[in-house]
Amino acid sequence: MSGLFYRDLVLAIRAGGGFGLALAFFLIVVVLVPFGVGPSAGVLAPIAPGVLWLGALLACLLSLDRIFATDFEDGSLELLVTAPVPLEGVVAVKALAHWVTTGLPLTLAAPLFGVFLNLPSGGYIWLVASLALGTPALSMIGAFGAALTVGLKRGGLLMSLLVLPMYIPTLIFGADTVRRGVEGLAAGTPLILLAGITLGALALLPFAGAAALRVNLR
Amino acid sequence: MDEALLTVEGLACARGGLSVLEGVSFSLAAGSALVLRGPNGSGKTTLLRTLAGLQPGLAGRIAGAGEAVAYAGHSDGLKSTLSVTENLQFWAGVFGAGSIAPALEAFQLEALADRAAQSLSAGQKRRLGLARLLVTGRPLWLLDEPTVSLDVSAVRMFAAAVERHLETGGAAVIATHIDLGFAADVLDVGAFRARAPRGGAFDEALA
Repeated sequence: MSGLFYRDLVLAIRAGGGFGLALAFFLIVVVLVPFGVGPSAGVLAPIAPGVLWLGALLACLLSLDRIFATDFEDGSLELLVTAPVPLEGVVAVKALAHWVTTGLPLTLAAPLFGVFLNLPSGGYIWLVASLALGTPALSMIGAFGAALTVGLKRGGLLMSLLVLPMYIPTLIFGADTVRRGVEGLAAGTPLILLAGITLGALALLPFAGAAALRVNLR
Repeated sequence: MDEALLTVEGLACARGGLSVLEGVSFSLAAGSALVLRGPNGSGKTTLLRTLAGLQPGLAGRIAGAGEAVAYAGHSDGLKSTLSVTENLQFWAGVFGAGSIAPALEAFQLEALADRAAQSLSAGQKRRLGLARLLVTGRPLWLLDEPTVSLDVSAVRMFAAAVERHLETGGAAVIATHIDLGFAADVLDVGAFRARAPRGGAFDEALA
């Protein structure tokens, strides 16, 4: 299991764009927004929480199809299914590796990108906290979506259509946590709900993902 | 030698919802090999995938497969950016095996150990894919056209590896068209061709 985790990390780094691609995409989204809505602080500050969370979500989506697609193409997914590791564990470990290469760097870089959007000072701690608790759900839900569409030619678009609606609760509570933090309200409640979504996803979706993989490999 | 590693009774399997084979029955003792023959499309791959547990059978019984199986299909499961050693070490870790040195030696991969898999030739990739079997430590090998893109000497390497595996109490089911040069039973898959196309709806119900 740890071997699989390590292998996925090495592959993400060697293939290029493991850590960098999602971060660069996040950066570009965040830089583009002021060009679109104008640079005035009064406009940017209220939308900053939502834009930061949307950017993180789209950056996460970008590398989802690689979770299983490459392993499917070169045949190693079939070999993993016949190997003495539980497929549920394979799905969970691959989601974890995806989070370490996308969600974790996004979380760490988010405060810097918050400055670009003139995020008020009260929001930074909540931004990091909500991303740290919310992005694992994005990776886990994404791994499930990738498992559903593995083996389909050009399954990437279909996967986005499947996965993005499932991201809605995470987006709502994540952005709401930051917004409440900015306004000085109690942000604990949406943060706890966000953590609940993440825990639920981590508990249920490895099994759903493994079932989807088994059907798709037939 | 008399203990059966794999017993198959009345197995029927389907591909793409269409029943391909039915009534497949055989038994494989430790130390013996079974060669599957039959024209293209006769169901050799489907039978091997069913035995490996990658797809469920429509009817019948398979005893002894499951955790005993090491499967090698048409693709080798190699990561192009990892080196030969890293590829093998990953699978050795997954299967809990120790050293990869015997596997490297059996397929003469030592000289290539640090090369990235993407820079190997097709035959070298195949050898690496087959070397993976040795690090699985599993008794029952299911091999689907293992000699594709191998040259004559590599085929001999492969045959020697299978023979050693059989001598140490393993067994193998091999779909191949060439003569590997060791004693093996032959099963003509064409004899079990499913007669009427049936079972499409049944397969849907299973899925």
